[in-house]
Amino acid sequence: MVKIFTIKDLNIWFGSAHALKDVSMDIYVNEILSIIGPSNSGKTTFLRMLNRLNDLNHNCKMEGNVKFEEEDIKNIEVELLRKRVGMVFALPLALPLSIFDNVAYGVRMHGKVKKQSLKDIVEKSLQEAYLWDEVKDRLNESAFKLSGGQQQRLCIARTLAVEPEVILFDEPCSGLDPISTAKVEEAMVILKQNYTIVLVTNNVKQAARVGDRTAFFLNGELIELNKTENIFTAPKDKRTDGYISGKFG
Amino acid sequence: MRNPYRTQKIAFSLLFLATLLIVVPVGLIVIVIIFKGFPAINWQFLSDIPRQGMRSGGIFPAIIGTLYLVAGAIIFALPIGLLAAIYLSEYSKENVLNRIIRLAIINLSGVPSVVYGLFGLALFVVFFKFGASILAGSLTLGIMILPVIITTSREALESVPDSFREVSLSLGVSKWQTIRHIVLPNAIPGILTGTILGLGRAAGETAPILFTVAAFYLPRLPKSIFDQAMALPYHLYVISTQVPNVDEKIRYGTALVLLALVLFMNLVAIIIRYQFRRRKKW
Repeated sequence: MVKIFTIKDLNIWFGSAHALKDVSMDIYVNEILSIIGPSNSGKTTFLRMLNRLNDLNHNCKMEGNVKFEEEDIKNIEVELLRKRVGMVFALPLALPLSIFDNVAYGVRMHGKVKKQSLKDIVEKSLQEAYLWDEVKDRLNESAFKLSGGQQQRLCIARTLAVEPEVILFDEPCSGLDPISTAKVEEAMVILKQNYTIVLVTNNVKQAARVGDRTAFFLNGELIELNKTENIFTAPKDKRTDGYISGKFG
Repeated sequence: MRNPYRTQKIAFSLLFLATLLIVVPVGLIVIVIIFKGFPAINWQFLSDIPRQGMRSGGIFPAIIGTLYLVAGAIIFALPIGLLAAIYLSEYSKENVLNRIIRLAIINLSGVPSVVYGLFGLALFVVFFKFGASILAGSLTLGIMILPVIITTSREALESVPDSFREVSLSLGVSKWQTIRHIVLPNAIPGILTGTILGLGRAAGETAPILFTVAAFYLPRLPKSIFDQAMALPYHLYVISTQVPNVDEKIRYGTALVLLALVLFMNLVAIIIRYQFRRRKKW
C-alpha cells in the first residue's frame, strides 16, 4: 500500500497543555482511517495538524516529522497543502453565499475558470456529495435554506470542488439525524475510491461501519491502530476494549 | 416580602423611564429647531450667498463648504481607517505593543475636538504650509474621525465568525483572499455604522475647523482645495455670538439645515446598511 502521510514522533502543545504525545503512524492512499477516542483525546488536534489548521492558533507548538507524499508539511506552501488536504468540519458551515457560489468559491479563488467548466465542476462535486438531485433546481438560493444534513453534504461538495487528494472529516455527522448520517457515510464510502479519508468520529459504530482501519486515541496518545475488524473484534489493549464496549468515555 | 412580579414591573418601569429620558430631550431639540427654523427655509436661503453682514441672504457657501469638508474627511479617513482596522483585526498578533495601540486608538476618540484643531493648525496649516484651507480642514476632521472608524470597523471585522475564515482557509484560499471575499463583505454593515458616526461628527464639529479652514465671512464658493471655506457649524457659531442683531429665524434655519444634512447622510448610510443586512444570512 502506498503511504500518503508519514507521521513520526509527533508532539503538539497548546500553551502548557500537551495535546499529542509521541504519535507515529502512516496513512495510506485510498483508505478510510477512522479515529476514535473520548473528547479531549487529541483526535481533532491530530486532524487539524494534517492540513496545518493548527497554525491559526498562536499558542500551538508542534514537534516531530510529518511528511505528505515524501515532503515535510512545514516545507509545503500552506495554501497548496490545504488545497490538497481538504477538510469538512463538525458543524455544517455553509458560507453566506448561494448554493452554487459555496461550491464554486474555492475554485474561483484558485484562479480563472471558464463559466461552463465551473458549472461542470459544481455539478460533479454536488453529485459526488449526493446532493445534486436535491438542489439542482435551486442553485442560486441561499445555502442557509438547506437543512443541516444538506448543508453538510454541501460542505463536502465544496471541499471536493478544489480536487483534494485527502479529505479530513471532523465528526461530520455529530449534528445530523440518522438518515442524513447514512447519506454522508454512503458518500464517504464511494469517495474512498478516489480520495484518502481521515475520519474523526465520536460515534464508535460509525467507525466500525466505514473505516478500513481504526485508530484509538486517549489523552493525546495513540493507544492502538489496526484494521477496523481487528479493533472491534479483538482489541489488543484493555483501554480500547473498554472504550468501544462503552465501559468508559 | 419579595414579589418577583412587582420587582419585574419596577425594573421595567425604570428601563422605560431611562429610555424616555433619552428620547424626550432629543425630540425636544429637533422640534424646537424645526419650529423656529422652518420659517427661514426657502429657496433663496438655501441657494444665495450671505448678505448684509450675514443678517440676510442665504447660507449656500456654508452648505457647500461643509459638504466639501465632510467628503474630504471621509475620502481621507475611510481607506486609512479600514486598512488599519483590517491590520489590527486580522494580522496583528496578541502582544503588549498591539494592545497599547488598540488602547491608544480607543482613547483618541475621547480627545477633545479643539485639541485636534490645534494639531491640525500646527501640522497641516503651518508645517505643511497648506494654509487655512479645505485640505487642512478635511485632513484635521479626517484625523478626528479616524479612531471612530477604526474602532467600529475592527469590531465589525471581528464579529464575522471565525468559522468562515477557517472554512475559507481550509480550502487553500489565501488569507488575503479570505479577508477580501469573506470577511469584508460580511463586515460592511458594521463598517458603515462607523462611517455614519464619523460623518455626523465631521459635519457638526466646530473646533477642528476653527483654525484650519473656516472663513468668518466669504460670500463666494471656494475655488480649490487650497481655498478657505465657510462651514455650517462655524457659521452658526458666528451668527449666534459674533454678529449682533441676526434674526433668530436665520440662526435656527441654519441649525435646521445642518441637522437635516447630517440626518440625510445618516439616512443614506442606513439604507445602504439595510440593503447589506438583508443579504446577510447567518
